[in-house]
Amino acid sequence: MATVEILGKQIEVDSDGCLVNLSDWNKEVAVEIAKSEGIELTEKHWQVIEFMRKVYEETGDAPSIRKLTKQSGVDTKELYSLFPGGPAKKAAKIAGLSKPKSCV
Amino acid sequence: MKKLVILGAGTAGTLMLNKLRGILDKSEWNITIVDMYETHYYQPGFLFIPFGIYNKKDVIKPKRDFFPNGVDVVMSQISKIEADKNRVLLENGSVLPYDYLIIATGTKINPEETEGLKGKLWHKEVFDFYTIEGALALANYFKYWEGGDMVLNIAEMPIKCPVAPLEFVFLADWYFTERGIRDKVNIHFVTPLSGAFTKPRASSVLGDFLEKKNINLIPDFSIAKVDNENKKIISWDEKEVNFDVLVSIPTNMGDEVIARSGLGDELNFVPTDKETLMAEGYDNIFVIGDATNLPSSKAGSVAHFESEILTENFLDVIDGRKPRAKFDGHANCFIESGFGKGVLIDFNYTTEPLPGKFPLPGIGPFSLLEETKMNHYGKIMFRWMYWNQLLKGLELPIESHMTMAGKRV
Ligand SMILES: Cc1cc2nc3c(=O)[nH]c(=O)nc-3n(C[C@H](O)[C@H](O)[C@H](O)COP(=O)(O)OP(=O)(O)OC[C@H]3O[C@@H](n4cnc5c(N)ncnc54)[C@H](O)[C@@H]3O)c2cc1C
Repeated sequence: MATVEILGKQIEVDSDGCLVNLSDWNKEVAVEIAKSEGIELTEKHWQVIEFMRKVYEETGDAPSIRKLTKQSGVDTKELYSLFPGGPAKKAAKIAGLSKPKSCV
Repeated sequence: MKKLVILGAGTAGTLMLNKLRGILDKSEWNITIVDMYETHYYQPGFLFIPFGIYNKKDVIKPKRDFFPNGVDVVMSQISKIEADKNRVLLENGSVLPYDYLIIATGTKINPEETEGLKGKLWHKEVFDFYTIEGALALANYFKYWEGGDMVLNIAEMPIKCPVAPLEFVFLADWYFTERGIRDKVNIHFVTPLSGAFTKPRASSVLGDFLEKKNINLIPDFSIAKVDNENKKIISWDEKEVNFDVLVSIPTNMGDEVIARSGLGDELNFVPTDKETLMAEGYDNIFVIGDATNLPSSKAGSVAHFESEILTENFLDVIDGRKPRAKFDGHANCFIESGFGKGVLIDFNYTTEPLPGKFPLPGIGPFSLLEETKMNHYGKIMFRWMYWNQLLKGLELPIESHMTMAGKRV
């Protein structure tokens, strides 16, 4: 299993660079993961991240883009400008979750 | 009399009907199955229609040919499931009370979900092949097409038979080669995934196939709209791909009856326990096939494996016990790779497709994650198996749980 150093700590990640242990996540870690993806977190970003973590807690899975647009209050277009290259995947990664299972 | 109602007489509903009618005592159990159409389509055959390999009569049979004696058949649209009242309302006005319900209403394409997809080019230069109409229209178009940019686009995951889009481009490569115009056709495979397929090992093997066959892979593309005027597809992050002919796999969703009944998620799939196959929150509703929200492939083979688990659990539950059988997400898919060859993948919730031999370890006759002629015959044989064994609920020579025997890690 690979590890990356975030804020001086060795943290385990999977092949997609997502955290292996949910418990390694906190807001500071999120800021660092976002930076490594070239994203500076704003209030809108946090709205999405917090929504994702809430859904994860409730259902055990990160939400798909469709669920994000329907329920997070941020539309698809904006999601893509907030998280270029794939909002579901990127936002899940920053939120410390593995990518949505809906990709089967 | 106890009442079992099965909603949907496609692959999964028909095979559950056959299995349970054979087991449940006729003097104790009344079984009713409901569907709105008389014709059963062999959907895996739709893949071959655009290339003139199959035609319409190769993929249709009357549904009633596959129903056993001693069941009630109702042909009507289902209006609503009232789960709190244990009854189903039909469009023809009748009300079906039930003790147990099996939902098998499948999934279908919803091109309306993407702006411009069902626009003025629909079934003229923009096609689907997940419906009989789309597949036939495309066959007619390809017959006379002289070349240009053919773009295959997957709108959104999940889709049923997630390997079908890959098979489509492999077959297109073969078909245009045979027609002698392959050098005039550019094939583009445009997907929201980051690679050719969802599972890493298979994705890399199939990705190599795309390259070898000179098919252009455009990953991470989430379609926002189809521009009918300029013939291009545009992603949410404003990437553009031009097409002369667009073959789309539109958003797949469960039937609206699931939404009307308040039983679905954001794609109208029914939240289902991934091991017991019972609808979450209900102790008398089972869900099978494409209608579930399970993180397994939506495929006929999966419906078959689920049917064995569902049968066991159904018998436990009607005895007042807890369901004991656990579905492992087993899927087994033949992938046509063109030029009379095929690839086979076998996997479940936790084990991705691996190389090896199947079903007999070391012997085969099929090879996993490898291209062989034998695998192609497997796919062709599947149609016979589907009509003659699978739909009738008979045993197939494959275990419902995936096995590691014969696989190389
Ligand atoms: C192009 C293509 C290629 C494929 N290739 C393969 C393959 O190679 N191997 C494989 O294993 N699988 C393959 N599949 C997938 C396979 O066909 C499906 O997974 C399978 O048919 C699912 O069965 P089901 O019973 O869940 O749904 P379906 O067979 O679609 O049945 C659903 C039924 O419910 C009825 N229904 C729905 N809503 C209502 C309503 N409101 N009122 C009344 N009736 C209703 C419908 O009329 C339909 O008959 C392919 C599919 C496609 C489209």
